[in-house]
Amino acid sequence: MKIHEYQAKTILAKYGVPVPRGEVANTLPEAAEAARTLLANGASGVVVKAQIHAGGRGKGGGVKVVRTLAAAEDAAKAILGMQLVTHQTGPAGQKVQRLLIEETAAIDRELYLGIVLDRAAGKLVFMASQAGGMEIEEVAAKDPDAIFKEEIDPVIGLAAYQCRKLAFKLGLKPTQINQAVVFFQSLYKAFVETDASLLEINPFITTKDDKLFALDAKMTFDDNALFRHPDEKALRDVAEEDPLEVEASKYALNYIKLDGSIACMVNGAGLAMATMDIIQYAGGSPANFLDVGGGATQEQIEHAFEILLSDKNVKAIFINIFGGILRVDRLATGVVAAARKLSVTVPIVLRLEGTNVEEGRQILKDSGLNFQVGSTMKEAADLVVAAAKVGA
Amino acid sequence: MAVLVDKSTRLIVQGITGKEGTFHAKGAAEYGTHVVGGVTPGKGGSTHEGWPVFNTVAEAVEKTGANATVIFVPPPFAADAILEAEDAGLPLIVCITEGIPTLDMVKVWAKIKDSASRLIGPNCPGVISPGKAKIGIMPARIHLEGSVGIVSKSGTLTYEAVHQLTQRGIGQSTAIGIGGDPIIGTTHIDALRLLNDDPETEAIIMIGEIGGSAEEAAAAFVKQYVKKPVVGFIAGQTAPPGRRMGHAGAIISGGQGTAAEKMKAMTEAGIHVVVSPADIGAKLAEVIGRA
Repeated sequence: MKIHEYQAKTILAKYGVPVPRGEVANTLPEAAEAARTLLANGASGVVVKAQIHAGGRGKGGGVKVVRTLAAAEDAAKAILGMQLVTHQTGPAGQKVQRLLIEETAAIDRELYLGIVLDRAAGKLVFMASQAGGMEIEEVAAKDPDAIFKEEIDPVIGLAAYQCRKLAFKLGLKPTQINQAVVFFQSLYKAFVETDASLLEINPFITTKDDKLFALDAKMTFDDNALFRHPDEKALRDVAEEDPLEVEASKYALNYIKLDGSIACMVNGAGLAMATMDIIQYAGGSPANFLDVGGGATQEQIEHAFEILLSDKNVKAIFINIFGGILRVDRLATGVVAAARKLSVTVPIVLRLEGTNVEEGRQILKDSGLNFQVGSTMKEAADLVVAAAKVGA
Repeated sequence: MAVLVDKSTRLIVQGITGKEGTFHAKGAAEYGTHVVGGVTPGKGGSTHEGWPVFNTVAEAVEKTGANATVIFVPPPFAADAILEAEDAGLPLIVCITEGIPTLDMVKVWAKIKDSASRLIGPNCPGVISPGKAKIGIMPARIHLEGSVGIVSKSGTLTYEAVHQLTQRGIGQSTAIGIGGDPIIGTTHIDALRLLNDDPETEAIIMIGEIGGSAEEAAAAFVKQYVKKPVVGFIAGQTAPPGRRMGHAGAIISGGQGTAAEKMKAMTEAGIHVVVSPADIGAKLAEVIGRA
């Protein structure tokens, strides 16, 4: 689960990580008030930062540094409500609904810190680089040696000596080393205690007066661990998510919207991905990823249909079910009921395998509805691609 | 002889009194697996569906001589269940549970990586040696005893591959579902090593998906050590970057973990990679001369 920069900074501050003074603003008056307060309390300038769940905000025009209250108000007016386009948002961009108003810092150096899971090692890794402010993926591709790494033993945690190693490699001054140890260990503690899945401080800055700050913060949480963090669930901002995906999540459906015209409903994540692939292989384009799981109920199937059909690009539906435990006749009954109830008009192509498959096919045939059944995955994919072309 | 599970397997079920545990304990037993009991803390001393129930894994092992366990424990408690099984010295631990927090698995991995216990999963369908025994949730009837080994991150896609083989009259030696989580006990390489060393396995199907770099590492292993023909498929060729495709581990991050990279590495290693999931069985038939 993604959260905003301001939310991440609030969490990090609780763990003792130094962050610039700032306030979140949902409206222009709130933004002006936050800027006024900062400027009246010694800030030499303020930064107006768009809060969206995507990186590259600065390049897209979503971050402005200003010196006066009037300029801060102008910046807030320009950014709040804008459709911010970055390399991570897609061409449509993301509407800016919140701002973070922060004091400016006297930046000396811009560095990078991050904590991620190294899957192959089965451990968390603390990463640091002098190439702050750049996309770390770019650094990794161009000059992997510029990223310093320390694997973390889960029993010991991030040891002080590991922090010192990284701090010296970053070229921090002797006067900054102890601060850095506390800073890095606080980040690690915040990561572990919140069950994060990613934490990046980019840039991590040093100031001319030798202080260290998290100037930006990106944090995501492990969805699997949300059950033990009710406070984190409250940080979810559904305005940042696709409305159809939000709807799907209400019914425990694993749905991701894509741009194509062939909707798919599949059981199992691997088969769902493979179904998208075979649609493309057959010359079509998938409209979504949808895993209804092994024990989909009729209610879930109905909701899944509703979601697939509310995507206006959808010209045909491909239902690909390999019933292991799931009984195919039961699924067919659910599909027929849902299609009737929702008066589905787009063609539906099914590929069904598993227990009671013959009974399932009969139920579809007897329904009198516009179903086509492919005997293999390939045949069904060809049928659905052809059907989508007719409907287009 | 197959690998991991056969007639000598003595299986206990952790979470046997739950709905899933009960259902799949019965399924395994019906298939011929020697299910010897189960564990549900607090219900020790009772019997469930004819099986003795124990409070602890250690007690179950001591009383039944179990040499394998399958875990159907809810996500908040599953990591602990794995640790308990490891502590009891069980050589094979199959964890079906989906949704275990990653940091729980980081701790489990620290313990289990140097242990004598082998962990399969979590978030996997389990292991089946057709005609012999099964540990897991896969539909047994689609399988056919034979000599093709399968390793896969995905459950339903494993069934798909098995089905395509069985329809052609080609049987399977052992199908291993290794699971779709970021941290898993048995990787593609581990499974490939087992199947490569198994005299009954003549050819191998390797199914991967986007995310991580396990498939690339497995390709390097195949190139160096595997003399048997390998057919491969990677799911998620059309998956967008930065999105988690169902499985916790299935995500392309920072341009890493794409299907294209994996397919390239596998092809370069001499693996017969198919682009369409419908061609897995046909390709395998072709490479073993059964087309």
